[in-house]
Amino acid sequence: MKDHYDIAIIGTGPAGMAAATVASAHGADVLIVDEQPEVGGQIYRGITHQSIKDKTILGDDYYKGQSLADAFAASNADHVSGATIWQVSPEREIGISKDGAAHLLTADQVIIATGAQERPFPIPGWTLPGVMTAGSAQILLKSSGITFSNAVFAGTGPLLYLIAYQYLKAGVPIRAILDTTPKSNRLKALPHLPGALFHLSSIMKGRKWIKALKSSGTLFIEGIDNLKITGKDSTEAIEYLLQNKWHRIEASNVFLHQGVVPNVNLAMASGCIHHWNEQKLCWHASTDEWGSSNVPGISIAGDGGGIGGAIAAEYQGRIAAYQALYTTNKVKKQERDTNVLPAQHALTHEMRIRPFLDAMFRPATQYRIPTDDATIVCRCEEVTAGKIRESISLGCAGPNQLKGFTRCGMGPCQGRFCSLSVSELIAKAQNVSVNELEQLRLRPPVKPLMLAELANLTTLASEDT
Amino acid sequence: MSPAYDSIVVGGGLVGSALAFGLQREGLSTLILDEGDLAFRATRGNFGLVWVQSKGIDYSPYAHWTWESAETWASLSNLISEITGIDVGYRRPGGAEICVDDKEFAAKRQKMKKLQSHSPHVKFEMLDQKSMAELLPGLSPDVAGGCYFSGDGHANPLNLLRGLHQSFKSMGGVINSNAPVNDIVSQGSSFTAKTKKGQFHGARIILAAGLGTQNLANKVGMDIPVHPDRGQILVTERLKPFLTIPLSKIRQTIEGSVQIGDSHEDAGLDVGMSTPILNKMAIRAVQMFPHLGNTRIVRAWSALRIMTPDGYPIYEQSEQHPGAFAAVCHSGVTLAAAHALQVPKYIIEGTLPTSLAPLRTNRFKKEMAHA
Amino acid sequence: MHEIEMKPSPKVSIEFDGQTLQANKGETVAAALLRQTHLAFRTTPVTGKSRGPFCMMGVCFDCLVEIDGAPNRQACMTYVEDGMRVKRQLGAGDTGVFLSDEEDTQ
Ligand SMILES: Cc1cc2nc3c(=O)[nH]c(=O)nc-3n(C[C@H](O)[C@H](O)[C@H](O)COP(=O)(O)OP(=O)(O)OC[C@H]3O[C@@H](n4cnc5c(N)ncnc54)[C@H](O)[C@@H]3O)c2cc1C
Ligand code: FES
Repeated sequence: MKDHYDIAIIGTGPAGMAAATVASAHGADVLIVDEQPEVGGQIYRGITHQSIKDKTILGDDYYKGQSLADAFAASNADHVSGATIWQVSPEREIGISKDGAAHLLTADQVIIATGAQERPFPIPGWTLPGVMTAGSAQILLKSSGITFSNAVFAGTGPLLYLIAYQYLKAGVPIRAILDTTPKSNRLKALPHLPGALFHLSSIMKGRKWIKALKSSGTLFIEGIDNLKITGKDSTEAIEYLLQNKWHRIEASNVFLHQGVVPNVNLAMASGCIHHWNEQKLCWHASTDEWGSSNVPGISIAGDGGGIGGAIAAEYQGRIAAYQALYTTNKVKKQERDTNVLPAQHALTHEMRIRPFLDAMFRPATQYRIPTDDATIVCRCEEVTAGKIRESISLGCAGPNQLKGFTRCGMGPCQGRFCSLSVSELIAKAQNVSVNELEQLRLRPPVKPLMLAELANLTTLASEDT
Repeated sequence: MSPAYDSIVVGGGLVGSALAFGLQREGLSTLILDEGDLAFRATRGNFGLVWVQSKGIDYSPYAHWTWESAETWASLSNLISEITGIDVGYRRPGGAEICVDDKEFAAKRQKMKKLQSHSPHVKFEMLDQKSMAELLPGLSPDVAGGCYFSGDGHANPLNLLRGLHQSFKSMGGVINSNAPVNDIVSQGSSFTAKTKKGQFHGARIILAAGLGTQNLANKVGMDIPVHPDRGQILVTERLKPFLTIPLSKIRQTIEGSVQIGDSHEDAGLDVGMSTPILNKMAIRAVQMFPHLGNTRIVRAWSALRIMTPDGYPIYEQSEQHPGAFAAVCHSGVTLAAAHALQVPKYIIEGTLPTSLAPLRTNRFKKEMAHA
Repeated sequence: MHEIEMKPSPKVSIEFDGQTLQANKGETVAAALLRQTHLAFRTTPVTGKSRGPFCMMGVCFDCLVEIDGAPNRQACMTYVEDGMRVKRQLGAGDTGVFLSDEEDTQ
């Protein structure tokens, strides 16, 4: 690791790997960092060791990551794995922590490619041990071959069906799939169907998963209301309302999922402007066609700026890399433009299906804005929806005051699993759009940092005597 | 036009809320007009000390005013808890400042002697490392010691703010947030505060708008010089309790997190973070308590303190427009009791007492005349 | 628990609350514990409720455990090493310096 790089990239998912490969091929001095020990990001996790013997379990889309990872491995970017970036200042001073030691370095250009996380699913009981995200089930499967028999999958969205299908392929019995997709979504998605037809094969793939799940004899129930998980010290059952009748399914493991949302904390703490996307119900980075943010030298690529999926992320990574190369005088304008053209076209094509998916799998209000006052919204500080509503009625103008009043968002996750719900709760109570509210103010360190690491910061301590 | 409120308080931070609480409690119908969610609010970056041992060393009126507030803090805390059930976390176990080396130790002793010369109630004790370590498990064997004073304490500033707001409201007070005041007009015996949410009329107007006070004060014939002073705070994950008393730069909250703070830097209106300063704060914390090195910082904060030219609070009433008051200070927690229990009486009487004369603005004019 | 057939991996042994268990080299502490169907990793410092891993990707901080004496480590982000001593994280972090309950005057 050096003190300075032409281009620093955070995240080795498809966006980051693509950006690093392009940038180093054109002679830039590139640093790429990820907190995971291996490349691949969320989708291609474990792609370099591919430990699962039966390749039909994860499917072709997963193994597509191989060529990307190979190209990246052949590049001469400086890859630092197992290291967390806890700060990117507006001056592009980067704080990195690895093996219990923190360092500062700088870069002319920074590409933030921190990807997505799963959307919070605040329902009663979602904090019980045994309740995990569906993504967790997939991570355990991809990297350790661990699965849980007779688990319940609940929620909505392609990823939920994909992971359940991967379980099916792996021969793991599933207790039930509880689909929370609101029935009314279909009608609302209809106008977006023409765009989606450009991706007929993707739609067919999704249908195949659902068909396979249904015909496998797995309990597959649609139109679920009032989902809740019950149990004393761990998960015992999942309960729901169907046609005005309560039902109960016993299970020790429940996997929840209702879509993914950008992982915005690092970019927000760097001062990058974000706006509320009402179609996708989450924050989006406000960037230009190159992914450049309002902060000079900082751009955002991949799902971290807005959900577009792995293929789109790869194109966005390339585009951001060419722009960074151009800005640092590594390629000429002409070269940049001819090189990005195919990526831009492909990206436009890739994005055509999104409005349809967003409308079709828009999570129901009841699962984003808890109706039951006792439901925990902030997992870290155990702040309930009722407590939040009470503080709003006391005059809390936005999430920052609310944080002061309730400690909501003050814990180690730094709002990652509550701030979307909080924003929507406040907006609803004040009858305004989320865009009219302030955003939760985030500051570095965006991930917890040991006090000793901060005390022993290398470059600073040596300069600062 | 008849004023709708007996008093309007501009600013819903710790100072404004304490004043409004007191005014409403004294029977005045009171309105708080507050800025939005991201106001430059010192309250949120506050450290929570109810602190005596470093206040007014060179200015006895401030030392006495601080003491008066500290001595009545328990009543404020009780009042809030009676009205709302909220525990504002007030404890008065004494407090200490750690001196890492002999030089700091000697300097601290010198200062405390000076403080005691005009404030004999500050019965401080200079303790060596060994005696200090008995009070503070985990204290590094390498520090020189420090100063302990039994009259220091702390509170949870966020609970205090919530407690003040909630009790103010339950006594009938009105809070209008997201309504920053952009103009004030005085008409004879009343004032009109103009906001984007409309105009509000009051018989009195009290400016406690922190850094925004200066601008508004000009509109009612006062000059209240304030400037921002950035303070940064590091907050660790929750830890099992180990600090029985608050220290001037380290405090463990009731929830268990350890706050490390107190940096001073003039950064204008920038509330960004400065890594060199955080680095220095971390070095000092680990120097004092090596076991903290292995704990994680989960948050860092920076907020703007409200500084006056000499660092002491300002209380003022407009000569041109009686009924218009201003109050600014940087120790809104320590002085909360004085603001809630004392100042409202003066506002109602319509005159600031002679005891507060040294904290009015003509002290700056005198200095000017000197220069 | 249902294990999928994987390429063979070297084993390491770790200790969890005093009990020895086998783990695959290259997997996270969280995966190793879940493999043994330990779902609860900690109790919260706020209400003492049980919690276990939720996201498995380092964002929720519900998988906190004590590792080799250091409190509040993310089990899903820490990789097993032979001889590692893992404990449930019970409530707030313990730095080795704390007061007994009677002394706690806060
Ligand atoms: C759990 C999960 C499972 C998914 N599974 C699938 C799937 O099976 N199929 C599918 O099509 N899509 C899946 N998705 C969506 C898919 O992950 C994205 O579309 C795609 O990975 C986006 O690529 P990316 O490069 O933008 O981000 P990612 O692939 O998410 O890569 C971001 C990387 O940044 C790293 N990172 C983040 N913050 C920091 C930091 N502060 N310091 C250091 N490193 C950091 C992360 O560790 C991660 O490796 C999944 C998403 C999630 C959250
Ligand atoms: S399981 Fe979410 S951080 Fe480890």
